[in-house]
Amino acid sequence: MSIVVEHLNFTYMPDTPYAKTALKDINLTINEGELFGIIGATGSGKSTLIQHFNGLIKATEGRIKVFDIDLSVKKPDYKRLRATVGLVFQYPEYQLFDETVKADVGFGPRNLGLSKDEIDTRVREAISLVGLNYDDIAEKSPFDLSGGQKRRVAIAGVIAMQPKVLVLDEPTAGLDPKGKKDILRLILSLRKASPTVIIISHDMDEIAGIADRIAVLDKGEVKYVLPPKELFDKAEELSELGLDVPETVKIYKELKKRGIVLPDMPVRKSELARLIFERFKGGRG
Amino acid sequence: MLNNISFGQYYPVQSVVHRMDARVKILLSILFIVAVFFVQTYLGYVVIFLLLVTMIAVSHVKLKSILKSIKGVIFLIVFTAVLNLIFTQSGNTLWAWWIFRLTDEGVRFTAMMALRLLFLVMGTSILTLTTTPIELTDGLESLMTPLKWIKFPVHDVAVIMSIALRFIPTLMEETDKIMMAQKARGADFESGNIFKRIKALVPIIIPLFVSAFRRAEELSFAMDARCYNSSSKRTRYRKMSLGFRDFAASFVVIVCFLAVLTLTYGWLDRFGLVWLGW
Repeated sequence: MSIVVEHLNFTYMPDTPYAKTALKDINLTINEGELFGIIGATGSGKSTLIQHFNGLIKATEGRIKVFDIDLSVKKPDYKRLRATVGLVFQYPEYQLFDETVKADVGFGPRNLGLSKDEIDTRVREAISLVGLNYDDIAEKSPFDLSGGQKRRVAIAGVIAMQPKVLVLDEPTAGLDPKGKKDILRLILSLRKASPTVIIISHDMDEIAGIADRIAVLDKGEVKYVLPPKELFDKAEELSELGLDVPETVKIYKELKKRGIVLPDMPVRKSELARLIFERFKGGRG
Repeated sequence: MLNNISFGQYYPVQSVVHRMDARVKILLSILFIVAVFFVQTYLGYVVIFLLLVTMIAVSHVKLKSILKSIKGVIFLIVFTAVLNLIFTQSGNTLWAWWIFRLTDEGVRFTAMMALRLLFLVMGTSILTLTTTPIELTDGLESLMTPLKWIKFPVHDVAVIMSIALRFIPTLMEETDKIMMAQKARGADFESGNIFKRIKALVPIIIPLFVSAFRRAEELSFAMDARCYNSSSKRTRYRKMSLGFRDFAASFVVIVCFLAVLTLTYGWLDRFGLVWLGW
């Protein structure tokens, strides 16, 4: 069990006219080595929830445990927690600040108080892990890079802390289709280093094909925690929450309506193609 | 953590004070400030205190929010109080030690000064707690209109002010976000000596500036794209108008103001006593 959340409640600015309940009685268990998706409409509390995972905000009520670190105690070990859970924010490229890419990626490891050699190795590793060439980029200013490169550098800054759990808040927001694909592929390749991955998204197509389980949040409450195929059986319930099912599931359902029943519900394009191919291989109709 | 900067934070409830014309509120606040500076007598302080209590009661703002605005200036108040205590040397000695000498006059003066500052901050915070920033700038613009005669760019200043006010919450939110992101990378803003802490702010300030410039650029493009130009004559979305409550409030504040002046300059002593039959 990497993260266990029990009866978590959170209210923004309590005891003021601006008080707003953001999370209501959240119960979740995220297993080690799992790719866990969190989806929900804007304002459903996704970002608030993941900020709890590395102690950036403190639960108003309830318990959170990350591996053996209990976040409900008065002073949790924040340093160890942040080395355990790496959090990549939305538009992470807006946090770049240092003079060189190398120094910026090294910010996290420096804060962990590692030795100079260790920092150096980690920075090198992280930069090449995100698919950039260390020698080309290390001495450049992060502000001179392209948008996609900046995002990679920002992700490298978190990876360099070598977290056991990687949490990404809308990692593909604002990227073009190719950029999106690249980042998703990158995330999957990072699982060797940090096996447990939590991704926030509101794009079903993006998350359906890669997640082991998906949690659906609505107005601060967890509605479902299911594997993708079981979740997308509930298309009507999802659309009531303002969420869509992936295109592949839509095609599957349309085909079913027209009397063509595929043996399984596909969540990836390749899977859909294979199923359709197999269905029609034997002959016509 | 950035949420407790109360000064200038609108408190959204319904009250007569909230509905008052912003221009009247600004002018009355100025009058209140002047009155606070003129108070000399105990009775004058009582008048100001009663006025303040009435304002707070009528405005429906929780006392807690008003007291919060004091938090920011408490250091200033304590600091001036200490200086006043030490350096006021007239009057009878109450207590002396080494080079320090406390006098009854000093204690009186210190208490009065501290009260003045408290009243000042509390009174003005009522203005900002009951008036939205937009109303405030609209009101200021309207009050500054006469300056157009001396070619002062009133409208431009008002636009600059409203943009600045509009972006304070945005930038605060942004600061919060960047702070969280850097904390997630292990940054520590809460420990170490002052130099360490200042240095720890660099990873926040640089991204904040970058984003502020980006926003400024985007905003100016957006304004250009809508053909914004400050010289054209515009109509207003919100019309400001005076109502009974504005006159009533003005009456009360002006009476208090005159009362304070009267008490301070002893006008009653000269001719009023007879008139009042004292």
